[in-house]
Amino acid sequence: MSERVLMKGNEALAEAAIRAGCRHFFGYPITPQTELAAYMAKKMPKIGGVYLQAESEVAAVNMVQGAAAAGARAMTSTSSPGISLKTEGISYMAGADVPCLIVNVQRGGPGLGGIQPSQADYWQATRALGHGDFHVLVFAPSTIQEMVDLVALAFDKADQYRMPAMILADGMLGQMMEPVELRDMGDVQLPEKPWAACGHQNKRKHNIINSLYLQASELERLVKERFARYETIKAEEQRAERYLCDDAEIVVVAFGATSRVVKAAVKEARAQGIKAGCLRPITLWPFPVDAMREAAKTAKHFLTVEMNMGQMVDDVKLSIDCSRPVSFFGHTGGVIPEPGEVLAQIQKIAGGKE
Amino acid sequence: MAVQFHRPHALIDTPTHYCPGCPHGIVHRLVAESIDELGVEGKTVGIAPVGCSVTAYNYFNCDMIQAPHGRAPAVATGVKRALPDSLVFSYQGDGDLIAIGTAEAVHSATRGENITIIFINNAIYGMTGGQMAPTSLPGQVTQTTPYGRDVHYSGYPIRVCELLSTLDGVALAQRVTIDTVPHVREAKKAIKKAFEYQLAGKGFTIVEVVSSCPTNWGLSPVDALQWLRDNMLPYYPLGVYKDIGEEAAK
Repeated sequence: MSERVLMKGNEALAEAAIRAGCRHFFGYPITPQTELAAYMAKKMPKIGGVYLQAESEVAAVNMVQGAAAAGARAMTSTSSPGISLKTEGISYMAGADVPCLIVNVQRGGPGLGGIQPSQADYWQATRALGHGDFHVLVFAPSTIQEMVDLVALAFDKADQYRMPAMILADGMLGQMMEPVELRDMGDVQLPEKPWAACGHQNKRKHNIINSLYLQASELERLVKERFARYETIKAEEQRAERYLCDDAEIVVVAFGATSRVVKAAVKEARAQGIKAGCLRPITLWPFPVDAMREAAKTAKHFLTVEMNMGQMVDDVKLSIDCSRPVSFFGHTGGVIPEPGEVLAQIQKIAGGKE
Repeated sequence: MAVQFHRPHALIDTPTHYCPGCPHGIVHRLVAESIDELGVEGKTVGIAPVGCSVTAYNYFNCDMIQAPHGRAPAVATGVKRALPDSLVFSYQGDGDLIAIGTAEAVHSATRGENITIIFINNAIYGMTGGQMAPTSLPGQVTQTTPYGRDVHYSGYPIRVCELLSTLDGVALAQRVTIDTVPHVREAKKAIKKAFEYQLAGKGFTIVEVVSSCPTNWGLSPVDALQWLRDNMLPYYPLGVYKDIGEEAAK
């Protein structure tokens, strides 16, 4: 059974996490993700779950690490500056193969930046969620419905591959309200976690959750094992949406809320006879390289539109080995690109002026 | 013939990496004996810190998690909130607990988080080769206070038990040491009591063990213990700083 309700993005995400079986949330207040934690604070005590406000983002992510290492389906949420603080814990969890969910409702940066929507943490999410060689699964929803649907998937994939997963949202998705269908998932059966540090009950050898390997060769062996897993993920888990891409000569690549603006511009371009399409990465890591290469078969030109100074544009170029020109258009945090601006960029490219 | 003395089951039969004369081995044993006597090894989760005891996960037979520097109380909090019936202890040194991990230590204490911290105070960073710790004594020579700790420049040492005992969430805060057999026995009692309090749900417990570091103090193990008596104990007096009593339920 499912129900259709009008909900704010942050609250819908929280409800979706609860329905996906999450009973352990650790957070620290920051705008614009506040409603997510507030929803958890209200709901968790009523369903036997844990909402705990930590003394810092650093403590919150390490509480997640403890609960997740003990086998719980645990999560935390924050916004951009908070992710910077959480990267220590994320690196440790990646290094100890501990699954969890991290939500980033992005705001402007760098520094304290602003509190308006932004996509300026793309590089951080896909390249640098902490020190060391590792990746995190990164999902980028573009609607509240998709955000809700991706939460359960992110938890499941984190468990499947034993690694942290991130929902990379933004202040627009967090703050806006949309009708959303919430599925009743019943009692979620979490996968067995025989590796968890939950007390051996005198039935097995002790489990150790650890990322320290003082023998360099052993460390390298484990990192290489993890990277072999990443290759499987790259092969199996790429997700993208193609909008009017089949014969598109100008392929506009955009993720998250920005893609909605792009779709409107693409639709208008089509009405004007320009063969434009929108290719929307849903997973940012793994990046949907296959979809980019497929699009390159018809595309003469790629354009990325982002709410940052041009970050994903690098991945588009790498995906197609720079075989087509790749342009960038964007604004920084809070200055949301308008359909007319994007259309003007498409027209410029179509007119051979770019 | 009856066995009078044996290795605790909760302690793994393996050589440790600790320096000769290092008291970590003694304290590990006291923790393990307490776990054995309470019969809780199967439901115990230990948190190893960053520092000399970072690889404590190789020495205890219970499930273990290695935490980022200073974050052991936060990791312990996560475990305990997920597994309320478990026994959760962190094992932390002075730099870990009260420099980089001050916020985590103070806030887990004030939350009355039902965990136990075993705090090894030897007034120095051991693992990194002997730098000034938050508990280094005034005038103490370390690698980073080569002219002695000048309190007007580097500040004063922190007395952890005194500090935490002001917080309502704390059920037990006791300072012990391991320089003599009677003191070791007292330390054992304190650790076991802290675990008992935790199992009874009484709140946050901490046992501070004033310890030595012969290697980085540049003294023989015996001289280090004398230095501990002459210098550490006057600044860090032994005793019970807070004990809500065995009757008071949380």
